[in-house]
Amino acid sequence: MEAEAKAARRQMIADVLAEYPPKTAKKRGKHLNVFNEGDTDCGVKSNIKSVPGVMTVRGCAYAGAKGVVWGPIKDMVHISHGPVGCGQYSWGQRRNYVSGAITGVNSWVVMQITSDYQEKDIVFGGDKKLVKVIDEIETMFPLNKGISVMSECPVGLIGDDIESVAKRKAKELGKPIAPVRCEGFRGVSQSLGHHIANDVMRDFIIDPAANKEDPSFEPGPYDVMIVGDYNIGGDAWASRILLEEMGLRVIGQWSGDASVAEVERGPKAKLNLIHCYRSMNYICRHMEEKYGVPWIEFNFFGPTRIAKSLRAIAEQFDDKIKEGAERVIAKYTPMIDAILAKYKPRLEGKKIMLYVGGLRPRHVSDAYGDLGMEVIATGYEFAHNDDYQRTTKYIKDGTVVYDDASEFELERFAQALKPDLVGSGIKEKYGTQKLGFPFRQMHSWDYSGPYHGYDGFAIFARDMDLAINNPVWGMTKAPWKKAE
Amino acid sequence: MPQSADRILDHASLFNEPEYLELFARKHALENRASPEKVQEQLDYTKSWEYREKNLARESVCINPAKACQPLGAMFATVGFAKTLAFNHGSQGCTAYFRSHLARHFKEPCAAVSTSMTEDAAVFGGMQNLIDGLSNAYTVYKPDMIVVSTTCIAEVIGDDLSAFIASAREKGSVPADFPVAQAHTPSFVGSHINGYDAVIKGVFTMAWEGKTREPNDRINIIPGFDGFAVGNNRELKRILNAFGIGYDVISDVSDQFDTPTDGTYRMFDGGTPLETVRNAINAKATVSMQKYCTEKAGAFVKEKGQQYASFHYPLGLGATDEFLMKISELTGKPIPASLEKERGRLVDAMADSSAWLHGKSYSIFGDPDFVLGMTRFVMEMGGEPVHCLATNGNAEWAAEMKALLATSPYGARAQVWAGKDLWAMRSLLATEPSDYVIGSTYGKIFERDLGIPLIRLAFPIFDRHHHHRFPVWGYEGGIRVLVTILDKILDDLDRKTIKTGISFDMVR
Repeated sequence: MEAEAKAARRQMIADVLAEYPPKTAKKRGKHLNVFNEGDTDCGVKSNIKSVPGVMTVRGCAYAGAKGVVWGPIKDMVHISHGPVGCGQYSWGQRRNYVSGAITGVNSWVVMQITSDYQEKDIVFGGDKKLVKVIDEIETMFPLNKGISVMSECPVGLIGDDIESVAKRKAKELGKPIAPVRCEGFRGVSQSLGHHIANDVMRDFIIDPAANKEDPSFEPGPYDVMIVGDYNIGGDAWASRILLEEMGLRVIGQWSGDASVAEVERGPKAKLNLIHCYRSMNYICRHMEEKYGVPWIEFNFFGPTRIAKSLRAIAEQFDDKIKEGAERVIAKYTPMIDAILAKYKPRLEGKKIMLYVGGLRPRHVSDAYGDLGMEVIATGYEFAHNDDYQRTTKYIKDGTVVYDDASEFELERFAQALKPDLVGSGIKEKYGTQKLGFPFRQMHSWDYSGPYHGYDGFAIFARDMDLAINNPVWGMTKAPWKKAE
Repeated sequence: MPQSADRILDHASLFNEPEYLELFARKHALENRASPEKVQEQLDYTKSWEYREKNLARESVCINPAKACQPLGAMFATVGFAKTLAFNHGSQGCTAYFRSHLARHFKEPCAAVSTSMTEDAAVFGGMQNLIDGLSNAYTVYKPDMIVVSTTCIAEVIGDDLSAFIASAREKGSVPADFPVAQAHTPSFVGSHINGYDAVIKGVFTMAWEGKTREPNDRINIIPGFDGFAVGNNRELKRILNAFGIGYDVISDVSDQFDTPTDGTYRMFDGGTPLETVRNAINAKATVSMQKYCTEKAGAFVKEKGQQYASFHYPLGLGATDEFLMKISELTGKPIPASLEKERGRLVDAMADSSAWLHGKSYSIFGDPDFVLGMTRFVMEMGGEPVHCLATNGNAEWAAEMKALLATSPYGARAQVWAGKDLWAMRSLLATEPSDYVIGSTYGKIFERDLGIPLIRLAFPIFDRHHHHRFPVWGYEGGIRVLVTILDKILDDLDRKTIKTGISFDMVR
C-alpha cells in the first residue's frame, strides 16, 4: 500500500483515540494498528482485560465454554448452573446443528436447562440443589450420555463445590458428569472459557475413557477427527463429506453434532484436524502429548484454501489418500468455476471489514479473495498473540487491525474506510446497516450456511452477493436529499 | 453432487440430499446410539400422563423457562429515557447477552456498556471498574443520563452503588450534577419484569430527590416490558392524543427500537426526557399498563401522593374499554367519539370472524400481565383457554387468573400454571392439548413435538420479523391480534385440507 494511504489509516486510528479519556486512549492504542507487510505479528496487544464502559463486543468464559465448546455435544445435558439469564440468552442462538436427534429425548442442544438460582441458593449454597437437579435430569432425560455443569458467576463467588458433586454423582450414575468452572468473571473474554472447557473435557471425559469399551468402533489406518468445528448451519458436515470422499474416515466431530462416544474416542485418531485453533488447540496439544496423536490446522473456507488444506492433510497419509484429495478437488472444480463465473463479476473489487471471533477474521480472507474481494480491516474479539501471528499470512500491507474493538471504534472505522460489506455479529449488524453498509453476521452465518467446504462456498458466494447487491442499499437516501 | 451454480442449496435443503443422508448414516454408526426402539419408547413416554406427573413434580431443575433475568428488563426500561445509556455493573458477558437478546427481537442496534468486572474485581470489589467505566462511557457516548444496573457478580459481592457513584463523581468521571440513576437488579431474584420495575423506580427516585410535589392534571403512563412496545406505545399515544389530555409516557422505547436506515446511526433516539420525568412527580395519577412490571414503582408514586391505576396488558375489547374509562375518570374528559367508532370496528371484526374463532381452544404463555390480557381477549372471541402459564407468575397472579377465568363460561376448562416452565407445558399439551398455542418463539417446540400451531404474540419473537412494529393494544391493536390468530387458524385449515382438496375453499 502507498505510504500516503497507510498514513491516512494511521491518522484515522489516532483520530478515534483522541476521543477517549487519555488513560483509555493509551490502553486502546496498543490494540489498534495498520499492518506492515513483513512483520511477524499484527502489531496489536491481545488477550488483555477490556476497558470498562467503552462497549466491548466481547462475551465471557461461560459463553466460550457452554456456548461454544460443550453446548453442541448433542447427547449430553448441559446445565446452565446459576441464575436463569445466561442459559436463556444463549438458548438456541448458535445454530449448532445436530443430526438424527429428537430434542428432549436423545439430544438437548436446543434447550435451556438451568438450576435457576434463587436468593436462598446464593445464601445457603447451591450444591444440594445441584444434586437434585442432576437427579431430576435423570428422571426427565434418561437417555442422556452425560451431564455438564456450566458455572455462572455466582457459583464461584459463593464457594460451591461442584467438582465434588460431579464426582459423586458420576460414580453413582456411571456416566460422565463434567464440572466446568466457566464463571463469567474468569479471564478477559470467551477465550478462557474455551481453555477451561478443554481442560474439563480432558479430565472428565477423555482421560477417564482411555480404557473404556467402544462397541461401535474398530480402529482403521485413515481415522481422523474434526476438531474445532461447531457445525454452524451444518459446516462440519460440509467438511466431513470432503474428508470422507478423499478416503479418510471421520471418527468424530468436536463438538458440532458430537456425541459423547466421539469425544471419548479422540485419542484413537491417527490425525486430529483442527479448524478453530483458538478454541480447541489445548485439547489437541494434550492428545499429542499424552496419546501421541499429531494434529494439523486446516482451513475449509473458499476453494484456494480448501485445495491447499486437502493436499496438506493428504500429505500425512499414503498415495491412496493423496490421489483421493486430487480426485475431490477435480470433482468440485467445475462447480466452483461456475460459482466464480456467476458471482465474481458481481463482487470483484469489493472491500470488506471484518470483526469476528476465533478463526474467521483470518480464515475467511482467502474465500473473499477467491471472489475477487479484499479484506481491508479485520480483528478479533478474543484472540491471543499466536492468532495475530497466523493472521499475518492472510492479510495485506495496510490492513487495519483491531483487537477487542469497541462499538465506537467499529462505527468510526466503518465511516472512515467505507467498506462495501461489514462482517461481524448480531450486536453490530443493525447499527452498521443504519449507516448504510451491507452486513453479514459472520458468527451465525446470518441464519444461512454452511460456509465450510465446497458446498458451503457456493452458499457463501451467494450470500455475499445478496448482501452487497440488494437494491435496498441504493435507497437509504431520500431522492429529495440526493438532489440537494 | 447436489450443489450447482444454477441452484444453490443451503442448510434448509442441502442436508436432505442423498449424499448427506448417507453421511449421517455413517456418522450415526459411530455414535453408540440408543436403539431406535428405545428412542421411540422414550419419546412416547415423554407424552404420557405418568411423565407429566414427574415433570410437574420437579422442584430443582428449570427446563425451557419463559422468563429472563432482571438486568434485561433494566436495560429495556433504561433505553426508554432520552439519550440515556444503560450501564451494567458486573461481568461483560451479561451485557453482551442482553444486547444480543434485544437485537434479535427488535432487529435494532441495542447499546449498553459494562464495567467488565473480572477476577480481581471479584476479590477487591468493582469500584475502580465503575469509576473508569463511567468516565469512558460519559466521554465517548455523550449521554444525557446514565442508569447503572447490576449483574450477579456485583450483587453477590455486595458492591455499594451509591458510594461508588459518589466516588466516581469526586474523581471527575462525570460532572458533579450529571444524572446517574441506579437500580439493584440481581438475576437470582424475580425476572426481567422486576428489573424493569427497579429502573423505573430508580429513575423516579433520582429525578424526584428533594422535590416537593405540586399536583397538576397530567397523567403518567408506564408501558412495562413489552416486545410490541414500538407499535403499542405509538398506539397508546394516539389514543391519549385523541382524548386531548396532558400525559407523559415514562420510558418510551418506541423510537429507540425503531430507528430509520438513512445513513445515520442513532445510538439514542426519542425517549422520555429527564425534565419530563422530573415534572412527573406532579402528575395527578400514574397508570401502569402492566401491573406486575411496576409493583415497586407503583408503590413509590402512591407514597408521593399520586393516584395509581394498573392494567394487565390491555388486549381486546373489555380491557380497552376499562382503560379508556379509567383515563376518562382520572382526567374528567369524555371518551372521544373517534375511539368509540374504533370500538365498533373491533366488534365488527369480531362479529365477522366469530364463526371461525368460536370454540377454538388456546394455551397461552408469557409474562404474567400478557397472559391475563390475552386470556381475556381469547374468551371475548368465544375461544377457550386450556393452559395459562407464566414462569414468572406468582400466587397472586394465579389468583387473578382464576378470578378472570371465572368471569366467563369459556374459562371453565382452563388451568393456571404459575412458576412452571415450557417443558412442563409440553407435558400439559401432550396430555391435554389445545388447538393453538399463543406465546413467544420458544413455543415453536410445541409445533414441532406435538403439531400444535404457534401464534406469536409475546416477547421474544426471534424467528419472525417486524411484528413489534404493529400495536396489539387498543381497539385497533385488537383487530391486529384477531387477524393474527385468524390467519393462523385459516392457514392451518388450508394446510390440513390441501391434500384431498376437500374443503380447500376459495371463500372462508
